[in-house]
Amino acid sequence: MKHSQQYRAKPEHQEKLGFPGDLVDNWQQKAVEKMGDLLNKNRALRVYMDACVKCGACTDKCHYFLGTGDPKNMPVARQDLFRQVYRRHFTISGKLFPGLVGAKDFDDEVLDDWYKYFHQCSQCRRCSVFCPYGIDTAEVSMAARDVMDHIGIGTKYTNEILGKVHDIGNNLGLPQAALINTMEGLEEDVEEDTGVAVKYPVDQKGADVLLITPSADFFAEPHVDGLIGYGKVFHQAGISWTTSSYASEAANFAMFIGSYEQMHKVANRIRKAALDLGAKRIIFGECGHAWRVAYSFLNTLAGPWDFLDPKYPVPQHILEFTYDLMQRGALNLDPTANDDKVVTFHDSCNVARASRMGDVPGGQFEIPRNVIKTVVNKFVEMDPETTREKTFCCGGGGGLLTDDIMELRVKGALPRMEALQNVVDNFGVTHMAAICAICKSQFTKVMPYYGFSMDMINSVHQLVGDAILLGTKE
Amino acid sequence: MSLLTVIYALAFYFAVALFVIGLAVRIRLYAVTPAPLKIPVMPAPLTKTGVVFRLAREVTFFESLFKSNKWTWIFAILFHAGLLLVFARHLRYFTQPVWEWVVLVQPFGIYGGMAMVAGLLGLWGRRIVVERVRYITNPSDHLMLALLALIGASGLSMKFFAHTDIISVKAFCLGLLRFDWQPLPADAPLLIHLGAVIVLFIVFPFSKLLHAPGVFFAPSRNQVDDARDKRHLAAWAAPMDAQRDA
Repeated sequence: MKHSQQYRAKPEHQEKLGFPGDLVDNWQQKAVEKMGDLLNKNRALRVYMDACVKCGACTDKCHYFLGTGDPKNMPVARQDLFRQVYRRHFTISGKLFPGLVGAKDFDDEVLDDWYKYFHQCSQCRRCSVFCPYGIDTAEVSMAARDVMDHIGIGTKYTNEILGKVHDIGNNLGLPQAALINTMEGLEEDVEEDTGVAVKYPVDQKGADVLLITPSADFFAEPHVDGLIGYGKVFHQAGISWTTSSYASEAANFAMFIGSYEQMHKVANRIRKAALDLGAKRIIFGECGHAWRVAYSFLNTLAGPWDFLDPKYPVPQHILEFTYDLMQRGALNLDPTANDDKVVTFHDSCNVARASRMGDVPGGQFEIPRNVIKTVVNKFVEMDPETTREKTFCCGGGGGLLTDDIMELRVKGALPRMEALQNVVDNFGVTHMAAICAICKSQFTKVMPYYGFSMDMINSVHQLVGDAILLGTKE
Repeated sequence: MSLLTVIYALAFYFAVALFVIGLAVRIRLYAVTPAPLKIPVMPAPLTKTGVVFRLAREVTFFESLFKSNKWTWIFAILFHAGLLLVFARHLRYFTQPVWEWVVLVQPFGIYGGMAMVAGLLGLWGRRIVVERVRYITNPSDHLMLALLALIGASGLSMKFFAHTDIISVKAFCLGLLRFDWQPLPADAPLLIHLGAVIVLFIVFPFSKLLHAPGVFFAPSRNQVDDARDKRHLAAWAAPMDAQRDA
């Protein structure tokens, strides 16, 4: 495949994050040292290196393998790129009988495979659902990327973006003035459409809710329709809210490169924003990897959150918030507003397999569906082998949403596109709703390759926003 | 005392010591390595009891493997359940008097032996026939199957073809336990059987057989879904918090 390898990070992108600018001279020694460090710091990596029996349960579960047919995209084969070096340097069997147990020295060829294939993993964790030992390739690819960054090899896409977050506060590099300008534009649009003055605040001190949303929501279609929807919900519920220009990004790309230090730094921008603005609650917008870091890691990385209102979980997902309002009858909704659509739902992998919503296991599956069914009359499920915890990745997650690897992204989307085609053909589905900024961006770009229109992909809160009867509850 | 008996007795002590110490060292390493962030694969239980049930289903029914591939699941269950029955049947060689339930399980142990070998052959067949599985197979994977199949086949051969003096075998086993060595019958199938078991003990702590303790330590399976309620700060990560306020 021509477009299957990402551009290398430039020295300035590397150094800004505290990594060497280019491949260091004694890289093999440094890499093995870093591997040892990670093995001692992370039980998951330690156990996953030993526990695999090569049973093959994962081999046909990765969307990149299904799309490309490249055997190194089988999860176990991808892990083995790490495991072969682990065996050689950290196990007796690999030191004594390398050929027998598949151990290899860390040479240039192995490093090339690492760079290529650990950046062909979207860390979606589908393989780990099927593994008898729960071996999670995402953990292995995160560790591998961490090792590579520490010897001077990173990807331009992720590391340049992390630099923008440190400098400006979001992945897209939108400064405060641009955010305010965008939000004022939204206020005008919504007022023109509905005749109601809905506020879209930035940096408003003393607001109850701090909304943290992916920066794509300020910028791109269909994301921005979701942001419009959040504003309408807050407006009708009468809850004061604000975004922060200092922490204007929900996604934490540091997770993709497996760097705890970077993740900690990015997550703590949110803590600082909440303290500075005096917020009482933190709510996250629609974004998959963002919600994983928020739900699973934010408390550990940036807590304790004892300065917030203890009545609410920290953080909350916007869908938990909206669903709660719906159940309490706080929103006036007219689902016939979406009668022009037959909607299906794409479970975003990091929401489905790495987080939860609500207070029962599986709430992350039910709450989005319940919200959609409240505002849409015609809802259709895709093949159950491709939804919920078995959902297929969009093909662009984990730091792969870059045009350098367009061909891989198109192939990686294949299993989801097949499931979508099926419900389009058989049930007349016209739209697919998603709750992840990466899914939305990836599908917008990739769906035309499969003969679908790019506006077929919707934000869930766009559907909510369109169904809200503004002006009926003030 | 024959040289053979001495060699096997010493080999057994050596192998068992290596097995116990090697495994203990490995398990300790898994236990002391921190798990810095919560990474359960969802939907995950909200309580520790729920986690116990989840792991129990995983260990007894191979729940995830069932979701993945029915053929692999059937062969894996045949092998592991067979092994369990065989193990129970073999307890009679190490206990005096023999426990009542071990007596009851004897006839099933034979079927367990057959199931075990059938399961192994099925798993081995996949390694050869299924291209994907062949690609990920190392020579050591074949050797491991060969070793286990040899143990199973030599064991069955003593039941169906060349009987061994099991009274003497039991005396030898009890002698090992009581440090009062008794002569080992010099029958080829028995010597192969016991020799392969000795190799298995030695290989165990250094091979993929570590999946047995590993399954209990996999954070994706054994963690409670409580990340919003509790901080889980690893000792090595805690100092970073001091820098954020500076």
